[in-house]
Amino acid sequence: MNGFAEMIIKTEDIIVKTIARILIPFIQLFSLYVIMHGHYSPGGGFQGGVIMGASLVLLFLTHGYEESKERMSEKAAILFSSTGVLIYSGIGLLCLLLLGNYLDYGRLSLILNVDLAHARSLGILGVEIGVGFAVMAVMFSIFLDISTGGIEPGEEKKNEKASTR
Amino acid sequence: MTIAFDIVLQVFILICAIAAITVRDLLSSVMILGAYSFFMCLMWAQMGAVDVAFTEASVSAGIGTILFIAALMKTTRRSRD
Repeated sequence: MNGFAEMIIKTEDIIVKTIARILIPFIQLFSLYVIMHGHYSPGGGFQGGVIMGASLVLLFLTHGYEESKERMSEKAAILFSSTGVLIYSGIGLLCLLLLGNYLDYGRLSLILNVDLAHARSLGILGVEIGVGFAVMAVMFSIFLDISTGGIEPGEEKKNEKASTR
Repeated sequence: MTIAFDIVLQVFILICAIAAITVRDLLSSVMILGAYSFFMCLMWAQMGAVDVAFTEASVSAGIGTILFIAALMKTTRRSRD
């Protein structure tokens, strides 16, 4: 229980918890802004995803694993990361199916029923959303793996017993 | 004006970089590395690379510091060499 307990233990400091609770929705809103405006201003899927992952890390640091695992768990992280890759490669393959190159967004105008420039804008936006999903889940997952060592806190004692037998 | 700003930033970057590798306490080293990242971010923004500055601020100063601290919790805080 040494490394994990120090890192993701539930803090009793009410100032830290309250500030984090107020701040986390704004951080997440900002990350959504960065993702949605990524294709014509600084930012994009990667940066927005990292900011979203940082907000989840802040939640886990301040509220502890037990309290916040229902908001985001390891399984959800796996699901989100593969969903992001699916969105990215799905848009690319859709362009391939519409007789264009891979990630040739102009071809999406055939099924989206909009003009060419608008279809390109929507295509890059979809790809940014996919990248954001994947990066958010992977950043969160890396943090959880480093701080817990890949062991769930409830199972830690069980594993120790099993290994001593 | 820009030249003076440049020189001040570069001096701060140099101080942070040297301090990060010479300080004995690893937690302080990580914190100084975060400060280095923020000065580097200002440098990128000053050079007009706003996207790179954004990435530097969010990845290196935000997530990178957290991951370093998380890894530090698994080992000892003092450097032995």
